[in-house]
This record gives sequence, structure tokens and C-alpha cells, in this order.
Amino acid sequence: MMRPLEELEQLRWPLRQQALDMVYNGKTGHLGGDFSVIDALIVLYFRHLNMSPEQQDDANRDRFLLSKGHAVEAFYAVLAEAGFIDVKDVIKNYAKDGSPYIGHPNHGIPGIEMNTGSLGHGLPIACGMALAAKMDELSYRTYCFMGDGELAEGSVWEGAMSGSNFALDNLCGLIDRNHLQISGDTEDVMKLDSLKERWEAFGWHVVECDGNDLSALDAAFTEAENTKGQPTMIIANTVKGYGSPLMENKAGWHHQVPNAEQYETIKGELKARAEEVRNG
Amino acid sequence: MANLANRAVIADVLMKRAATDSEIVVLCSDSRGSAALDPFFETYPKQAVEVGIAEQDLVGMSAGLAACGKKAVAVSPASFLATRSYEQARVDCAYSDTNVILVGISGGVSYGELGMTHQSAQDIAALAAVPNMRVYLPSDQHQTRKLMNALLDDEKCAYVRVGRSVVPDVYAEDDCPFELNRANVLREGSDVALIATGELVHACLEAAKALEAEGISTTVVDMYCVKPLDEEAVLRAAKGAKVVLTAEEAAPFGGLGSMVAQVVGEKCPRPMKTLALPDAPVKTGTKAQIFARYGLDAAGIAKRAKEFLAAAK
Repeated sequence: MMRPLEELEQLRWPLRQQALDMVYNGKTGHLGGDFSVIDALIVLYFRHLNMSPEQQDDANRDRFLLSKGHAVEAFYAVLAEAGFIDVKDVIKNYAKDGSPYIGHPNHGIPGIEMNTGSLGHGLPIACGMALAAKMDELSYRTYCFMGDGELAEGSVWEGAMSGSNFALDNLCGLIDRNHLQISGDTEDVMKLDSLKERWEAFGWHVVECDGNDLSALDAAFTEAENTKGQPTMIIANTVKGYGSPLMENKAGWHHQVPNAEQYETIKGELKARAEEVRNG
Repeated sequence: MANLANRAVIADVLMKRAATDSEIVVLCSDSRGSAALDPFFETYPKQAVEVGIAEQDLVGMSAGLAACGKKAVAVSPASFLATRSYEQARVDCAYSDTNVILVGISGGVSYGELGMTHQSAQDIAALAAVPNMRVYLPSDQHQTRKLMNALLDDEKCAYVRVGRSVVPDVYAEDDCPFELNRANVLREGSDVALIATGELVHACLEAAKALEAEGISTTVVDMYCVKPLDEEAVLRAAKGAKVVLTAEEAAPFGGLGSMVAQVVGEKCPRPMKTLALPDAPVKTGTKAQIFARYGLDAAGIAKRAKEFLAAAK
């Protein structure tokens, strides 16, 4: 069921709070990337992805892969909102002894297609899924979200070649372009400049957008759906830690776990953003 | 039936099965010629995928296809398939439990003249270490045919390693007992137990004949299923013998020898020796020359078994 953007504008703050609760309670996780990519997840799941708990065995369901699997807390929050899992159960058990909710996506969890998180794996798998749709003449689409630091993995570019070689216009990738990875600025670690031109050179249609603007993301996914003959890569320009000034644009928050004081600060920041939306 | 290389048998099985099973998809990494799969690509172009020289993409795409209901068969030289795309095999196939059959062709020292880059001496140890990954080295054309058909009938991932050239028959077309994951005991003796896999099974049979002529009674087990290892067959062979030797076309650590030693050491201690390639780059030669150099031909196996038995007495 497609939800109005106005509703999603409100939703994105409590879902961030849930991811924060998972990380704080589980004492591990990747909040910076959660907060940069969660808006794209929300727009995809509630406006574009043809996949619901009732469709899990439907051969024609849309496929989604979170190749940047470390943002799993954001993924869990969105899956819970979509009705696949119970968010209270996730917050209580995430990363606990023997828990099924581990720190990267696992296909034992309803709604998760494949085990991901080793970077660079998602795009080739997504190519296989999209190619299967072509072979079976099914209409489903395949989506793959990657991190920008992830693009240093050679297998990403092997998948990039396959995507265009097989003219997989039913495939849409998204790069969470937050410019930060564990060791710092992506441009200091391994340059990714001319990113749009790189993907275009590999035969992809490229859409650049503000990756923390729901309307812009919505338009980008629509453009991808309307693009024929080649796959689409959305370069979603995001802010790491978006929504929490404490965390925004700080590489350290890639995998830092907040202490009690920081938790309260971030919680307050998210609450303020939610109130801003409510007050128009 | 013509004597076919195991890789050609695999291609033949895929051709025959694809005729009635449109879910079979074969993927190659610029390796279809080596895999004898040109006819498959010509006959079933919609079920054939060429990814170019990109093994990570080969296995990742295979997993994606399999996750969408295909029976994906990725065929590539064992040296590259087993190690270049090892992580995709570990994560995308085994961990994600996808129906992918990884076929490593030109395995072991098939490319004896080409150096270590093109040899797969570590594939058995590497793949056997992965949970949910099965590892098979069929010994001849007849067993290869039965193995491939069996693997196409189940929905789990597996790694199959075969060599490049025609190998002598261990079985006959009408006499090839086969049960998936059960080793074949080819002969039983009371002095030496030879447990072998892949192309060395035939060499061990020949060695057993030579040992027999010298009054040394020898068991030969065809452990084509390195993983899951047929422990029952290992124990049966070990219990009935004074010494146990394993033979494999692989590096000496982590493969068949190590796995058999764990079982024998724990449940039926016997003096045990691993016959394998060295823990070093293999010196150049044809496969036959390499086997002779490292004591993996029939004569070498018989000699080392005899010496080991004598030392154990």
C-alpha cells in the first residue's frame, strides 16, 4: 500500500528512534549509516517496493538487498513498520545472546532475502535476481542499496558490468553517498570523484538526488522505474547521522555506541525533528 | 560409450537435463570452451549466462538466480572459482543457502605446466571449511554422471572438482554403485587402508594390486564425498587395517587427509599418513610427471604404503 509522503515525513523520526534503541540496548551497531540511509528505505518500502508479509512466497515479489548490511538496524525498523517483524522484539533482543537479530541482514528473518553485509556482494546477487526476472518474464524489480565506501570493492564493478551487459532495466541500485567511512572522508581513503560519470561509463542511467529528501528520493525511484534498456543507479547524497546534530558528518559515529548522555541527546534531537514536522 | 573427461560428462548431463528442466541455468566466466559447454550455450542460450572473466560476479549472480528459483551451475577453473570467489561461495551460496552447484574444472594440477596460479591445491580445504558447503571429487566418468544428476535433484549448494583430461574408469557404465554422500569400498583388505578421492582413486586401486602381489592385503575406499565425509566408511576401513593412508591431489593440510585423521584419531586410532601434493609450489610437469615426482602415482603410493606398514609393525 503506497503511503503519502506527508505520513512518511512523520514516520522517519520514530523509526530512527527505534534504530537508536536497538543500538543502545544491544550495545553495538552502525547508527551513522542507519540514519543516512533510512529515508531511502522508507520511501522504497512504503511507496515503491511491491513486497509485503503476505507476498513473501510470491515469485513476482520485488527483491531488496541491503548490501551495506551494517545499516541493519534501520532495515529492522522499516521491516517492522512494514509488518514483517515486531519492533519491540527486535529492540529487546538485538545482538543479545543467541538472538536471531544479528548485526547484519540474515535470511532467517521474515522479509530478508539474503545474508548480506560483506561489502561488494549485493550488486552481483541483485544482477542474478534481475536476470531471473527477465528469464521468467516476470515484472518484479530488484533493488540494491550500497554504501559509498563499499564502492572500493572490485566485485561492485563486476556487477556494474553485468547490470548494463544484460540490460537489466528492472534493476535499481542506490548509493548512500554520505562521504564518510570508518577511516574518514571517502575522498581521503579512496577517491570516488566523478561518481556519476563512472556509473554512466559503465552503462548505467544515473540519478543524483538529495538522499535525505523524501520527495527527491520518490522522484528518483520513479525515474528508475521509467528507465528502459539499462539499469539505474541512484546516487543519494546523504548526511551520515542525519537527524542528529550530535552525530551528523562525524566518521566516528559509523559504529559508535552512544552512552547514556549521548542517547538522551540524540533522542531529544529526534523528538525535536518530529515536533517540527507536526508543527508544519 | 566413449571415454569422456569428467568435465565433458558434466556438460553432457547439463545438456540432457536442460532438455526437460528450464530452471537449469549454466554460468561461465569465459570458461565455456574449457568446460566443454559450447554446445550448451548454442542449444540453450536462454539458460546460459556468460559473465566474462569475473569469478566474484559469476558466483554472486549464480546465488541471485538460485534465490529466484533457478538451479544455478557455475562452471569455472577450480583455481579461480575456489579462491577468487571464495567469499561469494561462503556467504552467497553456503550461508544464504542457495541452490548453486560450483563446478571447478581443470582442478588440481591439471594445468601442471602453467604454475601455481592455475592449480587448485587448496580448494578442498578451503571449501570443506565452510558450513553448509559440500565438496565432491568424482573418480571417473560414470560416477561424475551419477553425482551431477543427484546434485541437480536436490536444492543445496555444492562444490564439484574435476580434472581436465580423460581419466581411467574406476567403474563401468552398468556397474557404478552410487548413493549420495556414501563412499564406495572398492576392495577390502586387512593390512593397509587406502582412502582416496578424485583421480587418485584409480591410482590407489592399481597400487593395491601391486601390494597384493607382495602379500599386502589392501582396502581401497573411493571417498568422492570429502564433505560430508562418510565417517562410517572411514571407520570400517580403519578398523580392518593396520595402517591408514589417504591420497588426494591437493595440498597436505585441511583436505581429505586432515579430515580422515580427525575421525581415525578420535574413534579408531591407527598410524596414519597423508599422501598429497607438497606445501609448496608444485614443480612444473604434466600431471603424470607431477604425480610420479611426489609419489602420487600407483608405484609411489604402493611404495609409501609398504614402507609405512613396515615402520608401523
